[in-house]
Amino acid sequence: MASDTARPPWRGPFLLTLPALAVLLLVMAVPLGVIVLRSFTDPAPGVGNYVWFFDTPVNLTVLARTFKISFWVTLCCVVVAYPYAFAMSVAGPRLRLLLILCVLVPFWVSGVVRTLAWVILLQDSGVINKGLVWLGFDKVKLIRTQLGVTIGMTQVLLPFMIMPLYAVMRGIDLRLLQAARSLGAHPVKTFFQIYLPLSLPGVFAGATIVFILALGFYITPLLLGGPQSTMLSTLIQQQVLSLLNWGRGGAMGVVLLVATFGFLAVASPFMRQKYKISGGGR
Amino acid sequence: MTLASKGAAIDIRGVSKFYGNFTALDDVSLRVEPGEFMSFLGPSGSGKTTTLNLIAGFTDLSTGEIRLGERSIGHVPAHKRNIGVVFQHYALFPHMTVAANVAYPLKQRGMGKAERAQAVEASLRKVQLESFAHRYPSELSGGQQQRVALARAMVFNPSLLLMDEPLGALDKKLREVLQLEIKRIHRELGSTFVYVTHDQEEALVLSDRIAVFNKGRIEQVGTGHELYTAPQTLFVGQFIGESSVLRGPHRSAGDETALTLGGATLTVPGAAKGEGPQVILLRPEAATVQAPGTGPRDGRTNVVAGTVREMLYLGSAMKYEVALAGGGHVIARTATQESPFAIGSPVEVAWNPKDSTLLADDGSTAAL
Amino acid sequence: MRLRLPRLLLGLTCLLIAVWLVAPTLVVIPMSFADKKSLAFPPTGFSLQWYENFFTNPQWFGSLVTSAKVAVMVALVATVIGTMAAIGIERMKSRTGGLIRAVLITPMIVPGVVLAVGVYAVYLDTQLVGTWAGYVLAHTLLAIPFVVIAVGANLAVFDARLETAAASLGASRLKTFFTITLPLILPGILSGALFAFVTSFDEVIVSLFITSPQLKTLPVQIFSSMTRDADPTVAAVGSLIFMATSLIIGLGLIFGTRRRGA
Repeated sequence: MASDTARPPWRGPFLLTLPALAVLLLVMAVPLGVIVLRSFTDPAPGVGNYVWFFDTPVNLTVLARTFKISFWVTLCCVVVAYPYAFAMSVAGPRLRLLLILCVLVPFWVSGVVRTLAWVILLQDSGVINKGLVWLGFDKVKLIRTQLGVTIGMTQVLLPFMIMPLYAVMRGIDLRLLQAARSLGAHPVKTFFQIYLPLSLPGVFAGATIVFILALGFYITPLLLGGPQSTMLSTLIQQQVLSLLNWGRGGAMGVVLLVATFGFLAVASPFMRQKYKISGGGR
Repeated sequence: MTLASKGAAIDIRGVSKFYGNFTALDDVSLRVEPGEFMSFLGPSGSGKTTTLNLIAGFTDLSTGEIRLGERSIGHVPAHKRNIGVVFQHYALFPHMTVAANVAYPLKQRGMGKAERAQAVEASLRKVQLESFAHRYPSELSGGQQQRVALARAMVFNPSLLLMDEPLGALDKKLREVLQLEIKRIHRELGSTFVYVTHDQEEALVLSDRIAVFNKGRIEQVGTGHELYTAPQTLFVGQFIGESSVLRGPHRSAGDETALTLGGATLTVPGAAKGEGPQVILLRPEAATVQAPGTGPRDGRTNVVAGTVREMLYLGSAMKYEVALAGGGHVIARTATQESPFAIGSPVEVAWNPKDSTLLADDGSTAAL
Repeated sequence: MRLRLPRLLLGLTCLLIAVWLVAPTLVVIPMSFADKKSLAFPPTGFSLQWYENFFTNPQWFGSLVTSAKVAVMVALVATVIGTMAAIGIERMKSRTGGLIRAVLITPMIVPGVVLAVGVYAVYLDTQLVGTWAGYVLAHTLLAIPFVVIAVGANLAVFDARLETAAASLGASRLKTFFTITLPLILPGILSGALFAFVTSFDEVIVSLFITSPQLKTLPVQIFSSMTRDADPTVAAVGSLIFMATSLIIGLGLIFGTRRRGA
């Protein structure tokens, strides 16, 4: 029962959210507004910056690459996270704690330091290449390549895939699988017909988050990548800090913003649960 | 021990509550006498809980006035009304021990530590939980939790105690035990109690008087006996106890009304209630089942023919459901007979007109 | 027998993934004891010079102090503001509340560099570049979503009827908040504060834009060190953070399980 005492029902609560909204307005809305404004006014009013962006082949290459790397990272995350989250959802409490700790350990060190670790591992004389040589393979160029960037980004973003997936999988009633088995379904069939569809909302939720975060990734591609693996964020930073070209940098920023929120708008309907998954009960 | 505080009267005058276009309470007036145990009885959504929330101050008044004793409290904030409330789901503070829960209202009133401890102990003793003072609510059973809630609501000697279906979450046996306990505490405290319930038996057991709510209005206020023997509306008649309702065209003549039902003329004392259609309300124990052709006898001048549709053996009594030839049915309870009527056999149902009630047909049907 | 092989495969896969998740973090620890100024792995000798450098070099230690101060302030400000917002959202009509909640979470989604460029532009005009206020304000924005989510999750399971009960027992709205609501949502508030602290302590992108040589946060110092040369001090910092966090989490686990057992 709400205790709606002598005041309009929404005004008090709304006041409580005002400080947070004020911070958002000052440090997010106004800055983004400035970027949009400059993209249309700097150096001259008009859509010149956008025309430049879409007329310059390098920009389009980088834009396409940003999407491509984000896509691969997302795909890798799904493939790697799925069995791991499944194991988490069926493991006993001790093993589950251990598995969760492994997911969280990467957060225990600074994100920048984690990228340093990848530099150490991926460099030409790094651990991975030494291992490959020891096993009798040829060295593989990892650092400053898209492959290296993808490996590093996948590891950094993996927790964002595992957690939502685990949340959904934990809610799936495993008795449904037993029920299907008792009705004569083959285990593989049971998985594809029952378990996979029920876990899809988690896959979509995790994949959306990972893809969106990957689109805007900056530090990892910058330190692990080279000229052949530049992503849009790096380009924006160059335009603004190195070339002091606020208009062009702003236009790129707007493109990245639109891509991010556009993707979110398209993807969010798929994240909703279509049906209750914890069979029976409320 | 502190002296039991004298209860205060509640005066509700022309109170309404609107939520947008929805009228939750429609011009309700009611007086609860000092020290009285009053139950608000009605189906869910009838306005009984809304009334309680208005008295407690959890909801704002739309119109009208509420007085507690000499004080108008309609616009006093809840925490300054000094009214004890017991909630259906206990609402004990989970992060405080039983003792701290009971001490909470005393702390708000700035009572000293020693005095507080004494009052808490006395209150817990009243509900027989003095040995549980240092437990947490989650370590208690449902019945024990509700006792703590009771102790907490009465520890500051409020002149009025409100209870919102306090036993609703408990099983039948525990309910009966706690009903007796609530009754005893009411006697000891002398406070005014207002008790919200949808269980008519509970209301009948506990209350001095009952206010029957329906669709945001009070249908009738009276003792359990009054409501049972002299219901003023068909809703009350059907909500309290078991009954049969007979419908048919009526004609009033002086102080008597006659209803025609499939050829039989049934009389009932009193003039027609209003302009609309009338019904006769008949309690099961007032009706007798007899062999066909027996006719009027011993003042049971209303006789209708029918067929036994159902017969239940209840130990000391028997219950018949008789389908009447002219439509409708009557439920009759009689003392156990040597040779009962079998299902399907033709019978007569007879009763004394004085034992039936004439009411306006408000369209309500038995809530089974 | 049919079940054994898939189970074994699953276990092996998970082990590999776990190693992949954890190993890069652990690689940093041996590196921090390297004897030469190189990031070659494994290091050839042992020394503590990089730890010494971290604690004695004002560039490094100063940035740690700056980061710690900023993060504490952000944790305070973001927790208060975010908790207020979460309570407001919970008490609103669900549609308005849901909308405001969605808006308050957007800082998590806006691409870091785009936000950083915008904040930089505004800070240049308002002389906030390289200032305490500048860092705290920007980091608070990024921390608010975490607080709103953490406190909101706790409020969702909080029984609002307890507030009604407190009112009936004579507690004013303010007293009810401090004696009933606050103690019961404290776990959410604390975890929100922790998230806020970590968010600020770890934030690098916006900080890189609004930094100044006079006032630098630790991640910025790490980043510039990494882009400049191969300095194992970075590894020492990483190891220190890792050990500090492990200690806190370990204590939390022990403390947490003991309290649940009580």
